[in-house]
Amino acid sequence: MRQTRIPGNATPRVSRARRTALAALLSVATSAVQAAPAYVDIPPTSFLSVIETEADAKPQPVAAFALRAEPVTNAEFLAFVNTHREWRRDQVPSLFADTGYLSHWPSATELGGKALPSQPVTRVSWFAAQAYCESENARLPSWIEWERTAAASDTVADARGDSAWRRQLLDWYAKPSTGALANIGGAPNLYGVRDLHGLVWEWVDDYAALMVTADSRDQNDPDRLKFCGAAALSLRDRDNYALLMRIAMLSSLKAADTTANLGFRCARATDAKVMP
Amino acid sequence: MNTTHESATRDATARIDSERDALPCLCCGTAMQRCEATTPTPTRHRSARWLIATLAAMLLALGFTLTHARAAEALPGDSVYQLGLPLVDQDGQAFDFAAGRGKPRLISMFYSSCKFVCPMIVDTLRNTERALDPAQRKQIDVLLVSLDPDTDTPAALKHLADQRHIDTPRWRLARTDAAHVRRLAAVLGVQYKQLGKADFSHSTVLVLLDANGRIAARSEKLGDADPAFVDAIRRVLAPD
Repeated sequence: MRQTRIPGNATPRVSRARRTALAALLSVATSAVQAAPAYVDIPPTSFLSVIETEADAKPQPVAAFALRAEPVTNAEFLAFVNTHREWRRDQVPSLFADTGYLSHWPSATELGGKALPSQPVTRVSWFAAQAYCESENARLPSWIEWERTAAASDTVADARGDSAWRRQLLDWYAKPSTGALANIGGAPNLYGVRDLHGLVWEWVDDYAALMVTADSRDQNDPDRLKFCGAAALSLRDRDNYALLMRIAMLSSLKAADTTANLGFRCARATDAKVMP
Repeated sequence: MNTTHESATRDATARIDSERDALPCLCCGTAMQRCEATTPTPTRHRSARWLIATLAAMLLALGFTLTHARAAEALPGDSVYQLGLPLVDQDGQAFDFAAGRGKPRLISMFYSSCKFVCPMIVDTLRNTERALDPAQRKQIDVLLVSLDPDTDTPAALKHLADQRHIDTPRWRLARTDAAHVRRLAAVLGVQYKQLGKADFSHSTVLVLLDANGRIAARSEKLGDADPAFVDAIRRVLAPD
């Protein structure tokens, strides 16, 4: 199933018959047992985030970590709420999720036409995303971990200087988000991570800190912490509109908020034990 | 809108207070001490029998229901005490965030090595308390949770408490782990970012929790007591 969605140039040549057989095998495997989600190792690096506004900002070291190759799907989140009842939409305290939480599911424990099993789960709060990741012995990635991985094209680790690559991202961000979400399984980037761009917005652990200014001592202007649009203009790389939109969107959220296009994926230490 | 919200909170608080008064002590959970003090006590003999009967009923109920689910049912959905938050105070004593239920509480986040804003948080909390009567002051707890679990060991918190002559144990300085720091900050609406080792940028918010852990008021004003915030404390203390 997945193979058909990968653009031709990214797919190894496989005969049609073998592909069908493989797809059948895969669907049997996933329906029998919830396959362990794939995490891929992201090597350590030194990275200058687009958020760093000071002119003399230096690249920050980002330690090695493992990132989920794909966003969490509706099917996976359904399995989670079935085993963690407190996260069902009819059980969750309002402190942790607003009323839109999983509201596109026909019931607390069913997916329907608006929530297909392989679509990324959306309408989940930051708290719910955190709890899900803990169930995979993982956590949400930090912004810099996400940004650093999302800067890779399918050939280079930092494609941000590549105008063709940037235009490709902008094309997606410019598309109106009225249609149904695609399934997960877009083309992998250099590290084998899929769907970082082009599918959904994603929660990060420190989403609330993205727009915190470096100096909170200026108490005369508490509103400085609350803006988002104006700040974008002072950000380092004005060409990175795609990222700026993402930052502005994440910064506008509260931890219990849910939206129709906001999902998540998890991260963990490279040496973390896989599933208990 | 604000007024409606406040009066709704006030009504809800009053309702819960009266409900609590009507219930036997064992239902009060963490508010037990307060409950024991205010509930008329039957004779010792009857009380003991009643206690045994209630305990038996409770054990039976526990057999059929998840303890966790029961605790969550009793707590309002928007209570910050929904957050399971393990804390350790300046004396190295472990306690649960929700154990503060039953009493209104002032809460803020800080870090001990902070030279500028954080001392002002303590000052502002003191100024806020000074605006209350001594009797009102006794009815509220103050909890300051560190944003910097790496540096703020119980010893570091103890040092700060001594240095600033913190009124312990009514005031508590506490730490938790990094993951819970972020969750608490999220429910309280505190924004922060680590800039370097023991260096944070953060918004300063004083939050008033009602006895059930619902956010009753917030103030971002530093220095003198914020009159609106002091009024909110008085309302929470005396819902009528």
